[in-house]
Amino acid sequence: MSELLPAVGQVLVLVVVLALAVPLLGRHLAHTYTAPGHLAVERGAYRLLRIDPDADQHWRTYALSALGFSLVGILLLYAVLRLQQHLPLSLGFGALPADGAWNTAVSFVTNTNWQWYSGEAALGHLAQATGLTVQNFVSAATGMAVAAALARALSRSGAGGRIGNFWTDLVRGTVRVLLPGALVAAVLLALLGVVQNLSGARTVTTLTGGEQSVPGGPVASQEAIKELGTNGGGFFNANSAHPFENPTPLTNLIEIVLMLLVPFAMAWAFGLIVGDRRQGAAVLAAMGLLLVVAVALLTWAEMAGPGTVPHAAGGALEGKETRFGTAGSALFAAVTTGTSTGAVNSLHDSFTAPGGGVAMVGMLLGEVSPGGVGSGLYGMLVLAVVTVFIAGLMVGRTPEYLGKKIGQREIVLVAVYVLASPFLVLVGLALALSVPAGVAGLQEDGAHGLSEALYALASASNNNGSAFGGLTSGTPFWNTLLGLAMLLGRFLPLVLVLALAGRFAAAQRVPVGPGTLPTHRPLFVSLLVGVALVVVGLTFVPVLVLGPIVESLS
Amino acid sequence: MRDLLALLRQSLAGLRVLVAATVLLGVAYPLLVTGIAQVAVPWQANGSLVTAAGERTTDADEAVGSVLLGQATDDDGLFQPRPSAAGDGWDGLASGGSNLGPESPELLALVGERRAEVAAREGVDPAAVPPDAVTASGSGLDPQVSPAYAALQVPRVAAANGLDEAAVRALVAEHTAGRTLGILGEPRVDVLALNIAVLAARDAGAGD
Repeated sequence: MSELLPAVGQVLVLVVVLALAVPLLGRHLAHTYTAPGHLAVERGAYRLLRIDPDADQHWRTYALSALGFSLVGILLLYAVLRLQQHLPLSLGFGALPADGAWNTAVSFVTNTNWQWYSGEAALGHLAQATGLTVQNFVSAATGMAVAAALARALSRSGAGGRIGNFWTDLVRGTVRVLLPGALVAAVLLALLGVVQNLSGARTVTTLTGGEQSVPGGPVASQEAIKELGTNGGGFFNANSAHPFENPTPLTNLIEIVLMLLVPFAMAWAFGLIVGDRRQGAAVLAAMGLLLVVAVALLTWAEMAGPGTVPHAAGGALEGKETRFGTAGSALFAAVTTGTSTGAVNSLHDSFTAPGGGVAMVGMLLGEVSPGGVGSGLYGMLVLAVVTVFIAGLMVGRTPEYLGKKIGQREIVLVAVYVLASPFLVLVGLALALSVPAGVAGLQEDGAHGLSEALYALASASNNNGSAFGGLTSGTPFWNTLLGLAMLLGRFLPLVLVLALAGRFAAAQRVPVGPGTLPTHRPLFVSLLVGVALVVVGLTFVPVLVLGPIVESLS
Repeated sequence: MRDLLALLRQSLAGLRVLVAATVLLGVAYPLLVTGIAQVAVPWQANGSLVTAAGERTTDADEAVGSVLLGQATDDDGLFQPRPSAAGDGWDGLASGGSNLGPESPELLALVGERRAEVAAREGVDPAAVPPDAVTASGSGLDPQVSPAYAALQVPRVAAANGLDEAAVRALVAEHTAGRTLGILGEPRVDVLALNIAVLAARDAGAGD
């Protein structure tokens, strides 16, 4: 009982903080992506960069802009990682190998932040700051831009496939939302003990006369955007379990809030952009419901501690920090896998079998609880289209969403979107387990070994970035495979969403009739949650049975 | 072909944007945060280092460690931290944990060994050893132990340093933090600061 109260209490504090912050940030986001005027600094930037910020792009141009920007991002980051030994502040670290640099470049540009390397033992400060931190900002801003474009498209009527301007969305998301947010968060984290300097590791003589390296670096500035942009790439190998990234229970809560802030606020902003606050609230409610269930299950699993080793130890504390305990670790894990963050404050590989399974399901559902800063909203809106379609089939109503008829073309786009991630996860998994180079990476045999591989593919294909760290993934095979999964898992859905946005923007709005399914009522919210669980979740039941479920029952 | 040309044109625009973003987000932003942190909280920003006297310092040469980082404690007269899986143990450049699963035979054996070892060291029943004493943390640099593990070590530390058990218990209480706001995190004991205090008490006792 005395253990349960804090576990519930931390969730209540989180809910209160979010309830206060999300509507405010949501309003700011809606304004950011719809206001006609530009800030003076933005006008200067557009002039300097020779961009016409008011050009209303057709969805194809918008998509090419997003793809072109990401392509350049991958090439530039690859170059930085391969040439880091020539950069200042390299701390003497050499170039990453080709397969590793490819994996990491894709990883950070796709907002995944899968890390096969160990930050403190592989990367200099300039590679971290100018390579990784920059992509933490702009990959997040890219996702937000696409989600905003979809919301805007739904608010338009007969606009001939024009959905806005990618460059304007990118610049605004960065300058008006992410940069000021990260700046405040970084200073706050530094005040609370997170390291922020430019020195390399320094050696101290310990109390009992030994030697220990104390690492340094611009940690707080990277930590802030890593959580706010749902990126998740740690400055150090231990990620947010490292006391220099996450020193206290308070910083832990702040980092959890940062992960959830933008994804939930984007749902709120969506309601404002389409001119019906209730639509945003319904999407937000579905996201919140899924998250609450995941938090409850994960917290129960870790606190109850089923399994051979937790029983032998007296609690599921392997891989967990004393200051966070089981409840603080479980909450972080549910949030990091429900968003597309993938930061960890404890090692998921050592979680109880049901706890690790819940973390996997969070990712496998496509990360819509509440998902990435942008991908969460567009993922949920895709599921909303599936929901009105299925509901329409059941009762014989014409499917429409927010006044947009859902026809054959729309359903094809949505169906391919929904199938993309299962395809990547399951085909990738089958491939990995059928070649020696794939199996070689597994740390353990049997069900847990399968879970390690499944977790990796789920994480990469859904751009999460957390891992069952026992998997040795820094090999050419895994680096290549996971790099491809991340690349396709990001850009295939992104292009499909923009195509869908183009069709919505072009379509005339049909008036609400007696045959229209209301999409803001509790009934719709529960249908939406059901679709997420059944349509998406069911795909993975067989493989989940062989992995975490079998392990739970053993 | 037309799409390819368009992609190329957009990529060039992307290159310009990315270069500007790198200057703003990759250079100016981290430097600004570094400047603010170094002025406002230089001790924290440089790793929360302490001297053997327990005083804050930013100079690694006079520090015995960081209050935020656990360290190997090769002295049976002092409080022992949790097991560490960072490198060969407490390696500041190899943070991380075992990543062994809940059914791992290897981890099960490790837990058994640690339990026997701690029970023998403290002279207690193996069943009395708390979970954090037999499990490695996620970072391998966990600076704290549970109040239960600290309490278990009090008799040994008191005897080794010629101190009253009550006095050592008081030191433990002094270095124990409760849950933040009563709900966040877990109660915990700072091992390095506690050991510094134990050594200070021992030296003060020896001087009497």
